[in-house]
Amino acid sequence: MAEQFEPKIAVLCCNWCTYAGADLAGTSRMKYAPNVRLIRTMCSGRIDPSFVMTALKDGADGVLIAGCHPADCHYINGNHKTMRRFPVLHTMLAQFGIERDRVRLEWISASEGDRFVEVANEMTETVRKLGPLDWKSRTAAGNVA
Amino acid sequence: MSGKKPQLALYWAASCGGCDVATLDVNEKILDVAAAFDIRLWPIAMDFKYKDIELWADNEIDVCLFNGAVRNSEQLHLAKLLRRKSKVMVAFGACASFGGIPGLANLHDRKTIFEAVYGYTVSTHNPDKVYPAPKLKVSEGELTLPDFFDDVFALHQVIPVEYFVPGCPPTPETIMTAVGAIIEGKLPPAGSTIGINRALCDECKRTKSDKPKIERFYRPQEILTDPDKCLLEQGLTCQGSATRGGCGALCPSVNMPCRGCYGPMPSSSDAGADALSAMASIVDASDEKTADEKMARLVDPLGTFYRFTLPVSLLVRSPKQPQS
Repeated sequence: MAEQFEPKIAVLCCNWCTYAGADLAGTSRMKYAPNVRLIRTMCSGRIDPSFVMTALKDGADGVLIAGCHPADCHYINGNHKTMRRFPVLHTMLAQFGIERDRVRLEWISASEGDRFVEVANEMTETVRKLGPLDWKSRTAAGNVA
Repeated sequence: MSGKKPQLALYWAASCGGCDVATLDVNEKILDVAAAFDIRLWPIAMDFKYKDIELWADNEIDVCLFNGAVRNSEQLHLAKLLRRKSKVMVAFGACASFGGIPGLANLHDRKTIFEAVYGYTVSTHNPDKVYPAPKLKVSEGELTLPDFFDDVFALHQVIPVEYFVPGCPPTPETIMTAVGAIIEGKLPPAGSTIGINRALCDECKRTKSDKPKIERFYRPQEILTDPDKCLLEQGLTCQGSATRGGCGALCPSVNMPCRGCYGPMPSSSDAGADALSAMASIVDASDEKTADEKMARLVDPLGTFYRFTLPVSLLVRSPKQPQS
């Protein structure tokens, strides 16, 4: 049997909600796909579009952006900025030829360890089906959205 | 240089000719330029043969102002040739500096571009499916054309470049700053961009509020703008906040949003990401549905945010190295 493709997924998440949610999943001994790599920022609002682009360029097959639920932001409205930027970033990445399912935005609170597990597993399977992104060897022909 | 005037070459590659016209827009100062330099090459104004350039000694030219991106083998050949003949190479204009408008073609490759241009556009009549070929044998001999690359390159991606003069086209003031620095020998460190290190908003005279907010996006033809208020706050995709100043905020002063032709700020890792981030963050939406609806009015984000900089963007695809 051919070896299964193991995608690399960068999770850009905020310190106060999603990172704590992932921590809860860990301390509760929940199992989730080892394909996700967490990168913590203080707020999801700190996640500049260039972070997502750099991750995709440098080898990530998918990127999950995650933060506090709207209205729950530790900094009052940092996640509102994430929420506004995401639809444009998503469209723009599709124009670059990156499948929409490779990039996802989720709100996961500190108490939602189970939700974190669910999203991490779902995202891993979705990106596994899409196959490697391998941006560096791609040419854009035929990929224009 | 013992009384000999500095030698100047101007060349154009994948460009529209606007940079050359802008050079003439310095008006009577062009006479100062002609007085200060020996103009050795300027295809738009005078007749030259490529074989003459090949006869020059290496480093014979003091300054070469190279405008236009590199998208075919002829342009690459000239870029390499002029690099060898010139002491100082200047990427002149947005195309040479960042790839410019022609750089948007990097969303496609040669095959898909040819299929569109010589195949299915409405005005194309090509029943025999004739495509440009680098070589064609006819009874009189062999005809050749430059080889069209898959990718468009900014000048520094194919040869080493000392200075960048941004702009589409560079304004006469920017050109004279660059030329003045060359004449007086007061050149900045190699790798510098001629321009200011502040955002365009700093030069723009429009009133900006402390807490800017965008109610909705408009395209320029959809709105009569207030002549005194910030265009971004009125819903136009003005990229001043993510664009290097130096042009004197020309476009906003005539009610057109900044399109970003002076390129990213010095500290920027990606021009488009910066503009997107700045613009989207201040849209008036505090729930996902409103955000999705309002952001959907921003049509063609890639074309808007990378209008001049696609070949130097973070997500530039790995180009097939051009063959000289």
